[in-house]
Amino acid sequence: MSAPSEERPLLGVRGLAKRYGAHVGCLDVGFDLWPGEVLGIVGESGSGKTTVLNCLSGRVAADGGRVTYVTAGGAPVDMLGLDESARRRLLRSEWGVVHQHPRDGLRMGVSAGANVGERLMALGARHYGRVRGQALDWLARVEIDQDRIDDLPETFSGGMLQRLQIARNLVTAPRLVLMDEPTGGLDVSVQARLLDLLRGLVEDLGLSAVIVTHDLAVARLLAHRLLVMRGGEIVEAGLTDQVLDDPQHPYAQLLVSSVLQP
Amino acid sequence: MSYNFAYLDEQTKRMIRRAILKAVAIPGYQVPFGSREMPLSYGWGTGGVQVTASVIGPADVLKVIDQGADDTTNAVSIRAFFARTTGVATTTRTEEATLIQTRHRIPETPLRPGQIVVFQVPIPEPLRWLEPREVETRKMHALEEYGVMYVRLYEDITRHGRVAQTYEYPVLVNGRYLMRPSPIPKFDNPKLDRCPALLLFGAGREKRIYAVPPWTAVKSLDFDDHPFEVEHWDRPCGLCGARGVFLDELIVDDKGGRLFICSDTDYCSRRQASGPGPEPRR
Repeated sequence: MSAPSEERPLLGVRGLAKRYGAHVGCLDVGFDLWPGEVLGIVGESGSGKTTVLNCLSGRVAADGGRVTYVTAGGAPVDMLGLDESARRRLLRSEWGVVHQHPRDGLRMGVSAGANVGERLMALGARHYGRVRGQALDWLARVEIDQDRIDDLPETFSGGMLQRLQIARNLVTAPRLVLMDEPTGGLDVSVQARLLDLLRGLVEDLGLSAVIVTHDLAVARLLAHRLLVMRGGEIVEAGLTDQVLDDPQHPYAQLLVSSVLQP
Repeated sequence: MSYNFAYLDEQTKRMIRRAILKAVAIPGYQVPFGSREMPLSYGWGTGGVQVTASVIGPADVLKVIDQGADDTTNAVSIRAFFARTTGVATTTRTEEATLIQTRHRIPETPLRPGQIVVFQVPIPEPLRWLEPREVETRKMHALEEYGVMYVRLYEDITRHGRVAQTYEYPVLVNGRYLMRPSPIPKFDNPKLDRCPALLLFGAGREKRIYAVPPWTAVKSLDFDDHPFEVEHWDRPCGLCGARGVFLDELIVDDKGGRLFICSDTDYCSRRQASGPGPEPRR
């Protein structure tokens, strides 16, 4: 586990709140994410995990709170107050978002190579050969056969689609990746390979990541630190092993004890 | 009972002129306007007709082209419509016209300063088949997010070895707005760049007007290693012998005999009558 070495957190969240009418999406959520750190958010369905992620990425407008992100240039920016063009530019260049369903994050009508190359071209790459070269390189890194570069994602398996989505996000070397249930809907052996791959990539690239999952095994493997959410609030936070091996809050204890042991 | 000059009432013309002025002020930007019901069906040039009706004056000389030809149904009907409702002089000669309404072509004869060309546009939004939501495409224009158009070009090169789009090839106007240049063949795209004439685009059903003012830079999108290219034919026009012009293919008998002729009938017929006319601008 890499210790946070820099002084400032990459992402600081304070008092994040979102209501859907009378219903609470999330309430008073606060945490820091340090460079190179992987933060897991666990909890049952409806606990507000995905709402937090969507508020961070701006897919959902938060009702209150502060989200401060330190850009590659070193300047802290207020993500919730940022104008849309700057926010979308950051999302394309320094952030990555991996959706639970790869179909939400991919263009299913164009080839795998075009999917991986899209962010490069959105950032101004205008050389077909080089875009294709980088796409090939990234397909190899996520263990997709390079011969498949011109195939439509329609012809890919679920695990390949998820890896393609990851390649599409990482091709521009983002500093922060938000992942929503990256292993959801995959069978266990495919999950294991994907987790291996993710762990390697996170370490190689020094990525910071926020991973939302309901699967404690995924959290144990990937996350350095864990937040346990319930009813839109954080009920427990701490180092992953600490939270999973010695949960303090009654809900966290229930969550950990509910895991089936094979 | 008689119609107002150029059919449309003066209030409507003023509204359309305001849209045109705004379009000229922001080259390539699609300005919404209150498109009117016209006495021809959508898809036959209702947008172009409304723009023409709003800018035409008694001193204008009008030319109407349909697919390069002055003598097809659409061209003849629209020309007759304006001759009847305005009494202006009409012509088939490109250089004599002050106002040219066109569908699908830019004349081979070079345009000159002072001329206005009105294009009939079926679908004005260049991002339409890539992004179905109008709210989102407007946002993409506002934020200059045109990466997805390159995804399409990438896909074309991957599948066909070249950009397969041969008409309404996307262009960037004045280094800012992505524009769909009506369905002209990409052969005509270079004529848009720094064109001396004012180019107005009207989409009646979609209720949009956009413009390229004279001498504005218009760049066809491409990759550094796959530069933009226009069509080439390995033979000259079968009637007038012109090279470097846009040719139509005709089947001339039931044995598969084929003839390639100029799509611009004015250019072709005058070359046949009087020998080589002005060289096409490339």
